[in-house]
Amino acid sequence: MTEPTQDVVSAEIADRHRREQGSGAVHPRRDFAPYRSTALRHPTHELVRADPEEIELVSPAFGHSDVAAHESDLTVQHAGAPSGERIVVTGHVLDGEGRPVRNQLIEVWQANASGRYAHKRDQHPAPLDPNFTGVGRIITGDDGSYRLTTIKPGAYPWRNHRNAWRPAHIHFSFFGTAFTQRLITQMYFPGDPLFGLDPIFQSITDPAARARLVAEYDHGVSEPEWALGYRWDVVLTGPRATWTEPEDADDA
Amino acid sequence: MPEQTPSQTVGPFFGHALPYVGGPEVRAPWQPDAIRLHGTVLDGAGSPVPDALLEVWGADESGLPSTERGSLHRDPLGFTGFGRAATSDDGAYTFSTVKPGPTRPGSAPYVVVTVFARGLLHHLLTRAYFADEADANATDPLLRRVEADRRGTLVAAVDGPRSYRLDLRLQGPGETVFLDYGTPR
Repeated sequence: MTEPTQDVVSAEIADRHRREQGSGAVHPRRDFAPYRSTALRHPTHELVRADPEEIELVSPAFGHSDVAAHESDLTVQHAGAPSGERIVVTGHVLDGEGRPVRNQLIEVWQANASGRYAHKRDQHPAPLDPNFTGVGRIITGDDGSYRLTTIKPGAYPWRNHRNAWRPAHIHFSFFGTAFTQRLITQMYFPGDPLFGLDPIFQSITDPAARARLVAEYDHGVSEPEWALGYRWDVVLTGPRATWTEPEDADDA
Repeated sequence: MPEQTPSQTVGPFFGHALPYVGGPEVRAPWQPDAIRLHGTVLDGAGSPVPDALLEVWGADESGLPSTERGSLHRDPLGFTGFGRAATSDDGAYTFSTVKPGPTRPGSAPYVVVTVFARGLLHHLLTRAYFADEADANATDPLLRRVEADRRGTLVAAVDGPRSYRLDLRLQGPGETVFLDYGTPR
C-alpha cells in the first residue's frame, strides 16, 4: 500500500468539514478517518446515555501532597538549562458556569525544542536534550489559575501519511469538579503554518472550537530578559452535583 | 457561559508522563479487602492495544466517594478511589482496588473506567460491574437500559478469589458499551 499524500489527507479533511458544517460539535469525532489510527479504535455503536451517580458527580482530590511546587517549571529539572525558547504558559481552568476549578491536578508533557520526546518509542532523529524531560504537574490555585514555565516544543514528523508533521503542541491533562469533566487535550501556538494540514487538530470540525486550543501571545505575561508569555484558558463542562447544593453554596 | 475546551488524543508518548509508581494500586494488594480488576484492551481487529491508558474511579466499600488526597503519592493504608494504569505490550491492565458499595439504593456497585489511547480522539467512559452481584445487577437502572446482548460487556467476570476480569473492546464483535453522561459532544 502506498502512503497517502498530504493532498489526499487534506481533501479528506475538507470533505469531512463540509459534511459536518454547523453540527456544533465541540469534540473531535472519534471516527475521523484522516487520522489513520482511529480506524480500529473508535466504537461503532452509539454511546449509551447514563445517569451520573454520586461517584461520577465528584472528582478525585489532589493536593500539594501530590505535587511539588517545582514540578511546574520544566526548565529546572536537570543540572543545566534546556535548549530552546523559554516560555511561560498561564491561564485559568473554569467549569461551564465560569467558576474556577480549584486545587485540581494539571499534568503536562511535550517534545523538546527539536521536536523529540524523551520517550523510548519516539524514533524521530532529532537530538534528545539531557536537560529536558518535558513532564510537569501543577495544582490549580483558589482562582483556578495555573502557571507553567517550559521550552517551546518543536514540530515533529509522524507516520500518518507522507510528509506528515504535527504542529508544535503541549499535552495537557485536567481533572474537573466531576469525573465526567475529565479532559486530555493539546495546546497549540498561534499562527502555526501546520494547522491546516494536521488531521488531529482538524478532527475538531468547528473552527471556533479549534481556536479554543490555540494559546494567545500575551506580552503582559512575557518576562523581560527571560521568557515569552502565552495565555490559555480552559473550560471543563459536564454534569456536576449543583442540584444537590443549597443555593447559597454557589462559590463552594 | 464559557465554552467547552475540545479534547485531543493522548497520543503515543505519554508513558514517561502519566503513569506513576503505585498508580494501579488504589488499594494495596496485600490488604485483606483488596480485589484485582484486570483484563485486556482490544481494537476492532481483536488485536491488543499496547498504548492505552486506563483510569479507574470508585467509591469505598460503603458506597461513598473518597475525598482523600494523595493518589499520586499514596498512603499505603489509605484509599483515594482513583487509579491509573498503562496497558502492557500485550494490551493487559491490572488494578488493585476495593469492591465499592452501591452509591444509590437500587443501583449495583461499579467502578468507573476511562480509556485514553493513541487513535482515540476523545476518551471513553464505561463502568465495570461485578458478576457476583447478580441480584443487584438485575435491577440496576443502567444495566436494564442496555440491550441484553451487550450488557455483559459491562460486567467483570469472577476469575479467581477476589479477582475480576473485564476485557475492553473498542470496536467490533463484543464492543464494550461506552457511556454518555450528557456532556457536550
